[in-house]
Amino acid sequence: MKTVEEIKAAIEAAVPVARVEIVPNGSPSAEHSLLIDAAHGFAVAKFLRDDAELALDYLSNVTGVDWLDKEIVEKVKVTHQVSKTVDGVEAVVEETVEEARKHVVPGHLEAVYHFYSMKFKHGPVILRMRTENRSDKVELPSLTPLWRSAEFQEREVFDLFGIVFTGHPDLRRLLMWEGFKDYPLRRDYVEPDDFEYEPTAHDEVLARAKAHQNREQGSGNKDQ
Amino acid sequence: MSFTETKAGKFEGWNRPPVIETSDDGELLEVSMGPHHPSTHGVFRMDVALDGERVVKLKPVFGYLHRNHEQIGQTASYLQMMPYTDRLDYFCSLTNNWAYALAVEKLAGQAVPERAEYIRVILAELTRIQNHAAAVGFLAQDLGASGTPLMYAFREREKILDLFESLTGSRMMCNYMRFGGCRVDVSEAWLNAARKVVAGVPRFVDELEALLSSNEILLARCQGMGVLKPDLAVNAGVTGPMLRATGVNYDLRKVDHYGIYDRFQFRVPLGEHGDVYDRYMVRILEIHESVKILEQALKEIPAGPIMDPKAKLRGFKPKPGEAYGRIEAPKGELGFYLISDGGTSPYRYRIRPPSLVNLTILEDMCLGHNVADVVVIFGSVDIVLGEVDR
Repeated sequence: MKTVEEIKAAIEAAVPVARVEIVPNGSPSAEHSLLIDAAHGFAVAKFLRDDAELALDYLSNVTGVDWLDKEIVEKVKVTHQVSKTVDGVEAVVEETVEEARKHVVPGHLEAVYHFYSMKFKHGPVILRMRTENRSDKVELPSLTPLWRSAEFQEREVFDLFGIVFTGHPDLRRLLMWEGFKDYPLRRDYVEPDDFEYEPTAHDEVLARAKAHQNREQGSGNKDQ
Repeated sequence: MSFTETKAGKFEGWNRPPVIETSDDGELLEVSMGPHHPSTHGVFRMDVALDGERVVKLKPVFGYLHRNHEQIGQTASYLQMMPYTDRLDYFCSLTNNWAYALAVEKLAGQAVPERAEYIRVILAELTRIQNHAAAVGFLAQDLGASGTPLMYAFREREKILDLFESLTGSRMMCNYMRFGGCRVDVSEAWLNAARKVVAGVPRFVDELEALLSSNEILLARCQGMGVLKPDLAVNAGVTGPMLRATGVNYDLRKVDHYGIYDRFQFRVPLGEHGDVYDRYMVRILEIHESVKILEQALKEIPAGPIMDPKAKLRGFKPKPGEAYGRIEAPKGELGFYLISDGGTSPYRYRIRPPSLVNLTILEDMCLGHNVADVVVIFGSVDIVLGEVDR
């Protein structure tokens, strides 16, 4: 089978507008994956399926991954001009201080597809697509029109992660019930409080109940 | 096939289920089959729209057994999840164990000693035999053969479960495999008992076949029923006996050679028509092939350690990275996708369940058939709800 670099080159030749990036995999399995921009994900996937050499006719696994906002703390050396009294004389002195600076790398949701070829019995080719953020821009193109096996699996990803697959013919919740809010597999999911089984409402429970009264079920993600 | 985007944002030309013409007189009757119905093999529901007795629409409804297994996997340590995998497909806990162990071993680059590989093959093939026997028995049960074929199958299955119990301490929740080997060694007495059980399997299968294979009712209700075309089966990700009944030669034991499957001589039974009868027959023939593998494995099993000395179970922290391990479970391709961030529990723990994906084309297979045949077609898929809903 072609290596990841060769597949990347083939994609770039066939779909020149698509941005393709190799995501290295540090584990001994060394299954590196290809990160495709969401806008051209469908065209790239169609190429992978129809290309005579790859012929990835079998989509084995579809799943989502939730990457939270990352706070990165960097230590930066900053030079200040400080006025100090040196030997009784006031003078302006340069002083270098180490300061911690925080910046937040915004999180995203990721859909991961594992492709194999039943025709040539090779694989896997791993495709990833990322949403812009975790709250309002969570659309990704659906690959169900190309591979029917994505139908239930994308519904499951929508159900548990909240990635909206545009072009999916029947995007409903799969495992949770209709009317359920929030997405249980997100990293910041908080289980809903259930007070039915509390025999007595003591202080701590009472406080939780009061907090709960103003809140809908779930962790309170407002995006649905 | 052309793929064009309509104004509504939906793609036309996908492999959608065919639209069934309804007769003009009378209206559609909507029936909710399940969740508590013996033919649903657990808690599973189908919303079926009927025109007379003909099925014109069928939508499966899942989630009655959902317990967010994947989220539990992200909070527990790697080893803690091993007994949990038993509860996925509770008929085949040992293959679930193997798939998970394989994924973790791939993630950590862990080697497995020879003897442990042999034990794994023996246990996986025994699991396959008892699963297929039970699946055939349940199919006959769904056809209305109350009890008898199922009890024949269960009698044989019980012998295999006794083997599992004497080795692992549990009939169904075995919790046996570990990353880099197995939990306890097999004794010579156990191997002899296994040889005895395996020697009795062909006779049992012949008996079952004499009962069922040319039975008139079974032929009438299974042949030409629920036909699945190979190109749709591949496109819909159908795996296992379901796929091979359509004639597609794709068995992970032959494709991936995971474990030590390249050492054994066995053939992959293929169907021709992709109907319920072919699925039944492929399962029967796979039992024969499993017996062949077992005979070879039980003969060749070497002495030696069953755990890799470098394997670390407590405080196990694989390097950051990801791995997708898959095996040929009795129901199809069972995969585990793990992402490690270097911690003691996986960052992402995903199961690719064969039962759920094989149900994708349930509607396509059932449309146009009578409602009584839905039960048979559904029974021929062979699912376990513990794995569908996770």
